Amino acid sequence: MEMAETNTQATRREPDVELVKTYWRSVGERLLRDRVTVGVALILAVMVSASLLAPWLAPHDPMAGSVANRLKPVGTTGHLLGTDETGRDMLSRILYGGRLSLLCGLTPVILATLIGGFIGVIAGVAGGVVNALLMRLMDVLYAFPSVLLAVAICGVLGAGITNTILSLTIVFVPPIVRITESLTTQVRNLDFVEAARAAGASHLELIRFQVIANILGPLFVYATSLVSISIILASGLSFLGLGVVPPAAEWGLMLNALRQAIWVDPVLAALPGVAILVTSMCFNLLSDGLRTAMDTRLKA
Amino acid sequence: MSTPVASTAISPRPDRGGPMQPLLNVEGLRKHFRLKRGLLGGGGAVVRAVDDISFSVSKGHTLGIVGESGCGKSTTARLLMHLIEPDAGTVVFDGDPVGGPRGVSLRELRRQMQMVFQDSYASLNPRAQIADIIAFPARIHGLGARDARDRAAGLLEQVGLRPGQFARRYPHELSGGQRQRVNIARALVLSPRLLILDEAVSALDKSVEAQVLNLLADLKQQLSLSYIFISHDLNVVRHVSDRVLVMYLGQVVESGDTRSIFRTPRHPYTRALLSAVPTTDPERRTAVAPLTGDPPNPINPPDGCRFHTRCAFAEAVCRKLMPRMASADSGAGDHLVACHMANAGSGHSQAGSAGGMSA
Repeated sequence: MEMAETNTQATRREPDVELVKTYWRSVGERLLRDRVTVGVALILAVMVSASLLAPWLAPHDPMAGSVANRLKPVGTTGHLLGTDETGRDMLSRILYGGRLSLLCGLTPVILATLIGGFIGVIAGVAGGVVNALLMRLMDVLYAFPSVLLAVAICGVLGAGITNTILSLTIVFVPPIVRITESLTTQVRNLDFVEAARAAGASHLELIRFQVIANILGPLFVYATSLVSISIILASGLSFLGLGVVPPAAEWGLMLNALRQAIWVDPVLAALPGVAILVTSMCFNLLSDGLRTAMDTRLKA
Repeated sequence: MSTPVASTAISPRPDRGGPMQPLLNVEGLRKHFRLKRGLLGGGGAVVRAVDDISFSVSKGHTLGIVGESGCGKSTTARLLMHLIEPDAGTVVFDGDPVGGPRGVSLRELRRQMQMVFQDSYASLNPRAQIADIIAFPARIHGLGARDARDRAAGLLEQVGLRPGQFARRYPHELSGGQRQRVNIARALVLSPRLLILDEAVSALDKSVEAQVLNLLADLKQQLSLSYIFISHDLNVVRHVSDRVLVMYLGQVVESGDTRSIFRTPRHPYTRALLSAVPTTDPERRTAVAPLTGDPPNPINPPDGCRFHTRCAFAEAVCRKLMPRMASADSGAGDHLVACHMANAGSGHSQAGSAGGMSA
C-alpha cells in the first residue's frame, strides 16, 4: 500500500494492465471456490431440472392409481420408490410434486422481494413520517406468527395454488420491508451518500446510483434464506388442506395423505418430507455461501 | 496538466465580486439539535451544536478551523454544504445570498462549493469503480457518460493517480492516501471555487499526509481554489492556513491571522490548545497539563463564558456574562477574541493586563 502511494512516478512505466474485475465477477469466482455451495447448487439444479422434465422422466402417470398396488415398499420393481395409499407411483409423484413445491417456494419470495424491496427503499430513503407510517403498517402484519397469518389468509381466500402464492407473498413482504428499510437506512447514513447529496443528487439519483447497489447483495441473501421457509409453509398449507387441492401432486399434500401409512411403511411415508428437507436445506446452504462470497471485507 | 472542460454545465464559474470581496461570508450561523422527547413529553433538551458563528473566507485563502472533537467543526461544514439545514444565519457566496429569492440556488452553491470527508473509505461507494465515483457529480449535473468519464480520467491524472491503473478499481483496492486523492478528484469534478476539507488528512499517516497536503497546495494554485481546512492538528493548520478560527462548544472564541494567533494567542483556550501541541524540542517540553477534563456537555452549556468551567482565570464575571467577540489588539483589528480579559471594561481583574493594550 505504502509503495503504491510513494511510487506513482515509478509505476508510470508499467503497461496499462487493467484490473477489470467487476464486483459480481469476483463474487462468482469466490462462489466457485466454495465446494459446499457448488455441491448444493448442483443438487438444486438437478432437482429443478428433474421437476421441469417430469413429464419425460416420470415412469408412470402421477394420477393413475391401482387398488392392487397400494403402499408398495421402496425398491419394488416397476415402482422404484414404491407406491402411495392409492397405488400411485411415488417417484412420478415426487417429480411432479417438485414442480408445485418449487413454484410455491420461489414465486412468493420473488414477488415479496420486489414489493417489499420497493416499499423498504422508499421508507428508508424518505425517512420521517413516511417511514413511520409504512413501518408501523408492516408491524401490524408482522405481529402475527407467519404460519398463522398464511393459514388465515388462505382460509379466507380459499384453497388453491394462486391463493397459496398470494398468502405467502403477503407473509413475506413485512420481513423483507424491514430488512430493506434497515439496510437502506444504514447505507443512507454513510459518508458516500452524504457526498452524493453534497454533489446535488436527488432522492431518485441516490436510490439508483448509491443505495440499490449496496443493498442488493444482502437482500438477495436474505431472500434465498426465505425460499426454504416458503417451501415448508406451502407444504404446511397443503398438509392442512388449504393449499394445493388433491389429487394434484405436491410434497406437503403427499405427506398429509401418507401420514396414516406411517405405521405400515415409515420409510415410504417419509419420502415427501425428505424431499422438502433436502430442498430447503440446499436453499439455506446456498444463502450462506452467497453471504460469504459477497463479503468484500473478507477479501480486502 | 489542466483538465479539458467538456461542458459548460460544469465549467468554472467566473469571479464576480473581484478579489476584495470575500468568497464566503457567514453571519450568525446556528444549529440546535432537539433531542427526542421522552414518552411522557418530558425532556426535549437542545444540543447547541453550532451557536451563532460568523466568519468569512477570502478568495484564494485558506481558513483553518480548529477545536476539540465535538466543538461543532464538522457540523459547521455540513451546515455550509446544506447537508443539514441551519436554524438561523446567512451564508453569502461571492456576494450572492444562498437560498434567497434573488440569491444563488442550493444546486448552484453545491457546484461551487464541495467537500472532502474525513473517512476516505466510507465516503466512497464500495460497489462503484473509481472512475464512476469521480464522474457521478458531473453526471447528475448533466454531463454525458463519455465526457464525464474523460473528465474523471483527467482528474485522476491531476491528483497523481494513473487513470489506466486506477479508473476501473474499487475503493477497497486502494490505500488510504490513494482513496483520499480520489475523494479530492471527486470534489473537483464540478470545478468548484471553494473546497471544505473536513479532517481530510487526519486519518492518513504522516508521510502520506504530507503528500496529500502538497497536492492540495498545488491544486489550490492551479485551479485558484479557496479552502476551509477543518482539523484538530494545529501543526498542520498552522502550515496551511492564512487565517484561523478557534472553536469551543459551538462558538468561535478567537479568530485572526494565522501568525497572530500562533504568536500571540489571547484566549486562554487557544493558549491551552497551543501548549498542548507536541514538540520535538526537549527544552520546550510541557510540564503542566494545559487543560484537564472534557468540554462540558453541549446539551446544557454553562452560563456566561462557556470556557469558565475549565479556565484558570475564571472570575465572577465569566460565570455571568458571555463575552462578545472584540478586537484583541489596538492595531489591525483583525484579531478577534471572545474573552473578558481582553476587554478593559468587562470587570475582570486581569482585563487589559494580559499582554496587550485595549482601547
